[in-house]
Amino acid sequence: MRPEKHNSRPEISPPESTTQLPSAPTHANVDAIERMERGSELGWRAQLAVPLAALVALAIHLLFSKRAPAVETHSYTLLFYEIVGVSIVLSIAQRFWMPLRSWMRHMCPILTAAILLLGLWDIVTFGFQLLPMPYFPGPAAVLRSLINDRVLLLDSTWHSLALLLSGYTVGVLVGLISGICIGWSTPIRYWGMPLLKVVGPIPATAWIPLAMVVSPSAVVSAAGLIALAVWFPVTMLTASGISNTRASYLDVARTLGAGRAYLVFRVAIPAAIPNIFIGLFMGLGASFLTLVVAESVGVKSGLGWYVSWAQGWAEYGKVYAALIIMAAFFSTLMTLLFKLRDHVLVWQKGVIKW
Amino acid sequence: MVGVIDMEASSLRIREVSKSFPAPDDPLTRRLTLSNISLSLAAGELVSLIGPSGCGKSTLLRLIAGLDSPDSGELLVGSEPITSPNAERGLVFQDPNLFPWLTVRRNIQAGLVARGVLREKRDEVDQFMRLVGLEVFANAYPHHLSGGMAQRAALARALINHPKVLLLDEPLGALDAFTRMRMQDEVLRLWQAHRTTMLLVTHDIDEAIYMSDRIMIMSPRPGKIEQTISVGLDRPRQRTSEDFLRLRGDILELLHLAGESSVENKN
Repeated sequence: MRPEKHNSRPEISPPESTTQLPSAPTHANVDAIERMERGSELGWRAQLAVPLAALVALAIHLLFSKRAPAVETHSYTLLFYEIVGVSIVLSIAQRFWMPLRSWMRHMCPILTAAILLLGLWDIVTFGFQLLPMPYFPGPAAVLRSLINDRVLLLDSTWHSLALLLSGYTVGVLVGLISGICIGWSTPIRYWGMPLLKVVGPIPATAWIPLAMVVSPSAVVSAAGLIALAVWFPVTMLTASGISNTRASYLDVARTLGAGRAYLVFRVAIPAAIPNIFIGLFMGLGASFLTLVVAESVGVKSGLGWYVSWAQGWAEYGKVYAALIIMAAFFSTLMTLLFKLRDHVLVWQKGVIKW
Repeated sequence: MVGVIDMEASSLRIREVSKSFPAPDDPLTRRLTLSNISLSLAAGELVSLIGPSGCGKSTLLRLIAGLDSPDSGELLVGSEPITSPNAERGLVFQDPNLFPWLTVRRNIQAGLVARGVLREKRDEVDQFMRLVGLEVFANAYPHHLSGGMAQRAALARALINHPKVLLLDEPLGALDAFTRMRMQDEVLRLWQAHRTTMLLVTHDIDEAIYMSDRIMIMSPRPGKIEQTISVGLDRPRQRTSEDFLRLRGDILELLHLAGESSVENKN
């Protein structure tokens, strides 16, 4: 069998879209395929695809770049030389290191496609200028903004991270507590559920006018809004997970001599963990949205602020640079949450497919 | 291995217990599920309840476990009335209901953790895992177990509390015929080792004859005990012996009669 056959295998990284519920391919299948492939060699096509794509994209750029000053395109061309160089090094290294080989085999199609897409973007914007300027700069200009403004971007990322994590943590903690109480106790559900159903669906960003009046500082109110945005899905999903605990688990635990603490913390909560994680994912998505909105209207730092600031100066290269950072930043957080889930829900492996 | 059991204290007595539930089609009326049930189990006795579905066998078991309370009547273990669920009365369902988030070992020791006595009785966990032959699977999660193994783990989990009474609600009903017969011997072995009073609900007449000291036949709507049969066969029993088969024939006939008589009562 030729290894290239597997190039059509779907991407296994988690979905980045925040509205989507978590799902991933069956680990068993991927494992089996990888075990099968491990012995075989990496074909020359897989080895050459990425550097070739880089050379094509580079050629496209050089073809058009006679019009542009050299300093603007310098780092972009350098990027492709680097890609070619790294590909050659990896091609040699993979002969001696098996995990790298299967990683390369897996990543080769998607990386090739990504690089070719850069080339296409270059043709449409920088090349023929089919899209209106300055709203659609070419990849070279975006890369230049990314590199030139790296200090401010890094600082903005740091501020966003601090704000996001403080709001998310508070929202999750409060959401877990309220969700467990609403899910477990009938009187609390009676009083709490209507409140949750009425207040919860209001988008956290709709509270911005009120939050600005009430709170002493923009940062505190932004953290509060993020917490609110996270609180609702976490509470909802936790409460439903707790109240849907299989009655027979609780019955068995009672006949084993369990008291209320055991029933709540050792039966209901573990049984609700899969649901709770769905709430955590939804909350994370909501927190990204709230973060960016809060930063672009009130808070004077962070990636959301950076985007609207750069837009104000019509520096769209910087806007896209910030979007790229955001994509990397948010998807990293999502991936970390997926890793945490896989670790906590190891007992589900083989029971439920996400 | 087994603590000394006060034989009197682990007898089970049920006097004129009735239980009704709201009718599913009309919530304003209540339907009588159990009507004036009286029975008693001597300490260390193994008694089976058989009868068609819907005759209230599981309801009766839930009452004894303390998970529900009766409308009227009295339930006693020894001289203690049953008011709430308690580690004294273990319950094993048809579905093993192992906690899927715990390993086999942690499932088996759940009762010790729940009662806060794990530290003193930690060595019993290994004993019970050996007793049901699951040492190798100590760190496996329940979904890796076969039906028979899962049910053995559930039995060990119930027995580790040394209950005075063990209630078995069709515990072998979901197993294939071969596994079921092996598990019947397994349950008998555990019963003989612990001399626990056992009440076994089953659909399987052979299982009832093979295992129990006495068999109670229930009839439905409302659930009541129609007949009690003493199984006088020597243990270990032969599933193919003449006495066994004769008793089987008698019970089949009785069940048929029990069906007719309940129709008469209704009219």
